[in-house]
Amino acid sequence: MFRAVIQITLRPSILDPQGKAVAHAVGTLGVNGVRSVRMGKHVEVTFDGVSEDEARRATDEMCKKLLANPVMEDYRFTLEKVQ
Amino acid sequence: MQSPVRFGIVVFPGSNCDHDAYHVCRKVLGQDAVFLWHKDPDLKDVDVVILPGGFSYGDYLRCGAIARFSPVMREVTRFAESGGPVLGICNGFQILVEAGLLPGVLLRNASLRFACKNVHIRVENPFTPFTTACAAGEVLTIPIAHGEGNYFADEETIHRIEENGQVAFRYCAPGGEITADSNPNGSLGNIAGIINERGNVLGMMPHPERAADPLLGFTDGQKVFASIIEHVLSRVTPGAVEEVAAVTGEKGRR
Repeated sequence: MFRAVIQITLRPSILDPQGKAVAHAVGTLGVNGVRSVRMGKHVEVTFDGVSEDEARRATDEMCKKLLANPVMEDYRFTLEKVQ
Repeated sequence: MQSPVRFGIVVFPGSNCDHDAYHVCRKVLGQDAVFLWHKDPDLKDVDVVILPGGFSYGDYLRCGAIARFSPVMREVTRFAESGGPVLGICNGFQILVEAGLLPGVLLRNASLRFACKNVHIRVENPFTPFTTACAAGEVLTIPIAHGEGNYFADEETIHRIEENGQVAFRYCAPGGEITADSNPNGSLGNIAGIINERGNVLGMMPHPERAADPLLGFTDGQKVFASIIEHVLSRVTPGAVEEVAAVTGEKGRR
C-alpha cells in the first residue's frame, strides 16, 4: 500500500485573511517574532493494489482536478510505503 | 400566447435557494419551472438552467468543488457550450467557477464574516441575456448571503474580463459610486457578477430570487429573470419580445 501525503497551500499572491487572523491571535498570545501565518490543507490518501508510479500519477491528477484549485492554490505531496 | 419559458433549477444535496427560484419563476413570473436533481442525466428540455444558492455538499473541500462533479453538471456544461443560458446564484456562481465555466475564483470574504444584508449593485453591462431589462448604470437593491464571495482572478484575467465587458454587476453605494465601503467581501474591482466570454453564462453572488416577490419588499431581482425570459422568447421567435412584456407585465419592468 502507498500513502500520499498532500499539502495544499494558497498561492503566495492570494491574501489569506484566515492566516492573518491567526497571526493576530498569536501576537496576543505573547509569542514574538511571528512574521506571517499561512493556512492550508493536509490530505492523506491511501492506495491499495496499485504500483508506486500509478499512485503518484493518480495523486497528481486528483490534486489538479479536485483537491486543489490551481487559480488560488498550490499543492505538493510525498508518497510513502505503508503496511 | 407564447408558451412560457421553462426554467430548470438544479438541486444539489445542500441547495437551499432552489424553492425560492422555483417560486419566482412559476408563481411570480408565471413561467414554467422544473427541478433537476443532481443525479439527473438529462435537462428535461429546459430553456434556462439555474444553479441556485445554498451549501452544496456542505461546502466540503471548497465551495462548489464537489458539486461540479455531479452527473447533471456534464449536461449543464454541454448546455452552456451550446449557448443555453445558465444563471448561477451565490453557491451556483461558486460551482460555475469551479467547473471552469466562468473565470476566477471566490475566496473567503476579506472580513472572514458571513455577510447577510441588502446591497446595491450597479449594472455594468446591460446587453447580456440577464440584464437587458436594466439600464446601463442602473442601481439594483438585492440581498447577499455568503461567506465566500470575494472574487479573485489573476491580473491578466481581470484585464481580459474588464476589456470584454464581462463584468455584469459591481457592488456600489446607493448612488452608484464604486467605493471600498460598498464592497461587502473584498472582491477585486467590486465585482458582484460576471458573464463568460460568449455571454450566456452569468454568475452572481447577490440573490435576485430573494428580491423578486413584491411581498418581500424588493423587486429589482425580477429584472434578471425578465431579461432571461425576453432573451429566450426572442431567440425562439423574432418579434416575440412584445409578448414577453405581456407575460411579465408590470412585474418585469418598472
